[in-house]
Amino acid sequence: MASFHEREPFDPILNGPLLALPGHKSASFLERTLRKGQFAVTAELNPPDSADPRDVLKAAEPLAEVTDAINATDASGANCHISSMGICSILNRAGLGTVLQISCRDRNRIAIQGDVLGAAAMGVGNILCLTGDGVGVGDQPGARPVFDFDSLSLLRTLKTMRDEGAFLSGRKLTMAPPIFLGAAENPCIPPIEWRADRLEKKVRAGADFIQTNYIFDVEVFRRFMQRVCDMGLHEKVFILAGVGPLASAKSARWMRSNVPGIHIPDSIVERLEKAEKPGEEGKKLCIDLIRQIREIPGVHGVHIMAYRREHLVGEIIEDTGILKERMTAK
Amino acid sequence: MYAVRRFAVRRSSGFLRIYRMFEGIIVFLDPVLRLVGYGRLERPFAFLERNFKGLLFDCKMCGQCVLSSTGMSCPMNCPKTLRNGPCGGVRPGGFCEVKPEMRCVWVEAWDGASRMPEGLERIRVVQPPVNRELEGSSSWLRVAREKAASLRQMRETPDPSRHMLARAFRRARQIEPAAAPIAAEPNAALAEHSVSERTAVFTKGESAAGKNNGGGNAKKKG
Repeated sequence: MASFHEREPFDPILNGPLLALPGHKSASFLERTLRKGQFAVTAELNPPDSADPRDVLKAAEPLAEVTDAINATDASGANCHISSMGICSILNRAGLGTVLQISCRDRNRIAIQGDVLGAAAMGVGNILCLTGDGVGVGDQPGARPVFDFDSLSLLRTLKTMRDEGAFLSGRKLTMAPPIFLGAAENPCIPPIEWRADRLEKKVRAGADFIQTNYIFDVEVFRRFMQRVCDMGLHEKVFILAGVGPLASAKSARWMRSNVPGIHIPDSIVERLEKAEKPGEEGKKLCIDLIRQIREIPGVHGVHIMAYRREHLVGEIIEDTGILKERMTAK
Repeated sequence: MYAVRRFAVRRSSGFLRIYRMFEGIIVFLDPVLRLVGYGRLERPFAFLERNFKGLLFDCKMCGQCVLSSTGMSCPMNCPKTLRNGPCGGVRPGGFCEVKPEMRCVWVEAWDGASRMPEGLERIRVVQPPVNRELEGSSSWLRVAREKAASLRQMRETPDPSRHMLARAFRRARQIEPAAAPIAAEPNAALAEHSVSERTAVFTKGESAAGKNNGGGNAKKKG
């Protein structure tokens, strides 16, 4: 698999630990791209319900060539799938950049701190710290929600592990995990007026990069970014705006009412409804959104969540011109 | 009670004053409390705190109160028990993702904080995760005891795990010591103990506080 960068497959036993580059927090490709000032692209992988590693590679195929890192979700929407750790280990071996996602919903501080060491040992350079959706929306609503950490205490704990080389218990680590720390932000839902302050708090807690939830309302996002830039946060943290192609007006409505934290303006649903080929329109809409979002000061990249429409990601990146820029830059 | 809880957030500034007054009284009474023994006072204080804060804030007795950093909106009422702000699932109109009929605890918290002196500065401080060992114990008594102890320049040897946590969440430790306590616990503060253990605390009195450090560690290993 080719990609934005030429990458060597990572074998934890042959290659040993990945060390942070000078001036960097990690060995991650994503961090390198962002620090070079290039417009970064990440995408979410649809995790298979399978124990076959080839299924993971197949799911990654449409994303591999056009992304700096692939996000491996951690039971998103509280639905059970192959683990983020499993996906990352397989993709790192295939030479792809990965973002390990950790949700606070399913594991306590003992499990999580151990997982972070395990992930770093398996070549994971980026970790996204999330609160996690409530168990009620998933396929196993009877599960016990954990929420021992929240996303911010998790960030601070991982930052402590990385920078102080110790667990939260104070016990020393033999090797601190060189990780680039990520967090999420949802600029388009209440309390909208405090979302930039919340982002600032995440930066204080230790976030190096941010991947936002879906942005369909560019005006709300623009105002959010204005505040972010006024607060000087765009110089302290890399912000990747979340986007994705919608399949139809029906699926947009379904997402709005069933997936937590999704805001889709009526104008967008109407545009899809009027379109002859809603799928094609959804793709165009996504490309338009990326073009508009790129112009907003303080945005460092996009994060594409194309659930079950991963085959479109390559075309989307090509049509926005990001791919061409990157190829000529190389 | 939900209605009282929301009222308390709207009057956050006034409630903060009442709340601070209580704390001040306890710190002032420290010499008396020490004479009686903090261990012995744990239960009556926890009882008082549970009822007083339960009525006003729907207090869940996490034992590490951060109300003055959360606009007087108790974060333990969040179904995800988030201590640092809202999640990404807040519904239109500011309602909870998990309990749609309830206002988001953190939408309320920012609202309350904006009415409090220093409220917006405090809500920005990153709070540590809850220490479940302290659940059910009196937060007032712990803060007062710590404050009084530091006034007396009595330095207890802190438990190493608490020390690291206090360092990782340094600012929270400074402004909201209840969230990251470093003083050792009197035995009785730790929920259920056998009668003989409790009696031992009473007979040892105040000196028990320092020695209990080892006891706490032993419990963790078990």
